[in-house]
Amino acid sequence: MKRVYVNEEWCLGCHLCEYNCAFANSGLNDMVKALKGKPIFPRVHIEEDDGITYAVSCRHCKDPLCVKSCIAGAISVVDGTVKIDRNKCVGCLTCVLVCPYGAVAPGPSGAAQKCELCLENSCGAPACVTGCPNNAIVYEER
Amino acid sequence: MAEYVIVGNGTAAAGCIEGIRSTDPKGNITVISAEEHHVYSRPLISYLLEGKTDLERMKYRPDDFYERNNVKLIFGKAEKIDTKNQKVALAGGKKIVYDKVCLCTGSSPFVPPFEGLDTVKKKFPFMTLDDALALEKALTPKSRVLIVGAGLIGLKCAEGIAERVGSITVCDLADRVLSSILDAECAAYMQRELEAHGVSFLLGDTAVRFDKNKAYMKSGAEVGFDVLVLAVGVRAETGLAKDAGCTVNRGIVIDTKMQTDVKDIYAAGDCAEGYDSSIGANRVLAILPNAYIQGHCAGVNMAGGSADQKDAIPMNSIGFFGLHCATAGSYPADGEVCEERTEGGIKRLYFKGGRLAGYMLIGDVARAGIYTSLVREQTVIDEEYIDKVKKFPSLAIFSSDIRRKKLGGVV
Repeated sequence: MKRVYVNEEWCLGCHLCEYNCAFANSGLNDMVKALKGKPIFPRVHIEEDDGITYAVSCRHCKDPLCVKSCIAGAISVVDGTVKIDRNKCVGCLTCVLVCPYGAVAPGPSGAAQKCELCLENSCGAPACVTGCPNNAIVYEER
Repeated sequence: MAEYVIVGNGTAAAGCIEGIRSTDPKGNITVISAEEHHVYSRPLISYLLEGKTDLERMKYRPDDFYERNNVKLIFGKAEKIDTKNQKVALAGGKKIVYDKVCLCTGSSPFVPPFEGLDTVKKKFPFMTLDDALALEKALTPKSRVLIVGAGLIGLKCAEGIAERVGSITVCDLADRVLSSILDAECAAYMQRELEAHGVSFLLGDTAVRFDKNKAYMKSGAEVGFDVLVLAVGVRAETGLAKDAGCTVNRGIVIDTKMQTDVKDIYAAGDCAEGYDSSIGANRVLAILPNAYIQGHCAGVNMAGGSADQKDAIPMNSIGFFGLHCATAGSYPADGEVCEERTEGGIKRLYFKGGRLAGYMLIGDVARAGIYTSLVREQTVIDEEYIDKVKKFPSLAIFSSDIRRKKLGGVV
């Protein structure tokens, strides 16, 4: 299946992926209305260290620990994509405790959220990748 | 066709069903459930009382779970395993043949023999959905609640009912809250947060005698209450296994394939004592992720596949009134402790032998799983990365080669 992969050496650290992600998952069609002056909860984040930057988002692991660990049975794998049922999540953050990539975090309501590859929102393909100006993240089969 | 029998209907059982089905789509699976409920998320009973979930949403798997996995669900009590004829006998006389059986019997509340406990009318354990529903019925906005036990169960109960009772007092023989997962510093931090939300504590103290609505404490204190919650501890349900000849310590002893020492009997979850890599020995790890993973592993092996689990560690993510806490691993007294306090929390890292042996984070738990992975994988941390590890969890604690594999490959 196609996943999001990182080309660390090409990342500029511009954080556009974070904004595009937050916008894509806002349900709104105006980026200014969606993001301006609001705390944003992107599902991808840029890590910066000693001048090196790279984007981190859910790896959609083949054998995901978060799915096995969720105390509410709220995380499942659908056609290879790891998904969180926000309606079932109680925000205990056991998924945050177990994700080896640091790719799950609480969203605005306290329920956990993570990259679901933009398959369910209006983008249909990861908005972070589409908007990346330098191909530092790609969406492909590997 | 193979006959699989699972005794119990909790998380380990769900894992076992999914493990069997990942390997054998056809064999017959029978689940024997003592609780007359669809599989539900047991740790959610406090969230149920708090109003953060409901009976529908707290189902651990969808309504069609048994049907989709072609599982026969029987409500009843397994009384005996006849190893000679490979049959599980139920109360009422029914017998079910097995080729492989998995014991997912969980644990039950341990209640010490308190003097006068029988004079207390409204007393409840806090383990099962039925316990929670019974407790809920007894609560009024004026209830004075006494919870015996300041562990995970007692305190989640306190949080769950805090908004709907008059007062809550929690007592525990231990001198701190959450003594099984927090050290003194972190426990003190968490206790202050709970107290700020109206929970009172009597620590290093316990009830020695009850008389109707009053508890007489060891310290001489007297505590009046309307509702008593008994959350002293739990005991693995090992009776069936013991009768069948399995070795039992604190739990049913299993190997890393979840097999007991009796042929064709497996065990998983809170009833089992499996390998804990953080101490290099067997131990009951009564945490939900472990129950699922053990159940799944047992299922795969029962169905003829090959799976094992050698990297189980204690770990907990628990929050109270919005203050989160993540812990994992062990806390060696002879290692190095690295502490950092911020406005909203505390972090304590336990290093030993160049590895992160364990950690406690209260407040900021972001990316805690990266720390957990260091503990689980017993990663030897290079000198050049140690300061980064101490700073906060991120993938910058790995060399770029390792990071490239994590972010650039299928994992």
